[in-house]
Amino acid sequence: MAKARVLIRPKEGILDPQGKAVERALPALGFEGIEHVRVGRMVELEADDPATLPELCEKLLANPLIEDFEIESIDGA
Amino acid sequence: MLWGVVQFPGSCDERDALHACELSGEARLIWHEERDLGGIDAVVVPGGFSYGDYLRAGAIARFSPAMEAVTEFAAAGGPVLGICNGFQVLCETGLLPGALLVNEGLRFACRQVELLVERFSPPAGGKSFNLAGEPLSIPAKHGEGRYWAPEEMLDALEANGQVAFRYAPGQNPNGSARDIAGVRNEAGNVLGLMPHPEHAVDAMTGSTDGLQIFDAVAGARV
Repeated sequence: MAKARVLIRPKEGILDPQGKAVERALPALGFEGIEHVRVGRMVELEADDPATLPELCEKLLANPLIEDFEIESIDGA
Repeated sequence: MLWGVVQFPGSCDERDALHACELSGEARLIWHEERDLGGIDAVVVPGGFSYGDYLRAGAIARFSPAMEAVTEFAAAGGPVLGICNGFQVLCETGLLPGALLVNEGLRFACRQVELLVERFSPPAGGKSFNLAGEPLSIPAKHGEGRYWAPEEMLDALEANGQVAFRYAPGQNPNGSARDIAGVRNEAGNVLGLMPHPEHAVDAMTGSTDGLQIFDAVAGARV
């Protein structure tokens, strides 16, 4: 089994209100100088055949209209 | 006239949808594992939180046997109405264009909204929903109802007359692009909207405008 991590984030240009809310909360906690916060999802999985992952991401894990995804191998990390 | 109302684990508006359908015919539930839509004249995909809305609203419902059957039904010209989560499911399934994102203000929106009905000419020989032009007063209740599509897709939808409903000026509850509250497919037989016509079919709840949408869908049956 190959271990992989899929990172999914809202596409550039799409308003991410969750990221904005996090960004606005930071100064109140004393964290200054943080910008462009974007909130996405991370999915970890194990696959018999990692070659199937791009299709799986396009069909289910991400919606390609609104989200970008990256597949990272975490074998031997 | 036989209506089918799809029920997923996590649906919650299927009873009101059944009630609304029964005002203009007979209706039965279609359990998500069911694949046989024999005898059904029109399908409603109702609101709720199908499969817990895990991953993205509507993302998992898309793979159910019932939605496979609904996709075939729609391809054969059968009328399909998606409401709220049902609209999200139809977008995820690819039966309708665009996507629904978390409300701009991050708050769950629950309020009566006024919907402007857009004019639509169906393609030659195509069936479509014949809706009156008067604004409709319908309740909206959702956390992920911000309609979004790329600018060029929005332009194409407007040019094709595929924008079915818009929130009246100043009433957009979620930051939807161009105030869009509902869209249809190119052929005109699949309609989705975020507000809930099935909650506006009895004067007791303040408006019966939702009946017009159910009547329009019934009128589009093959």
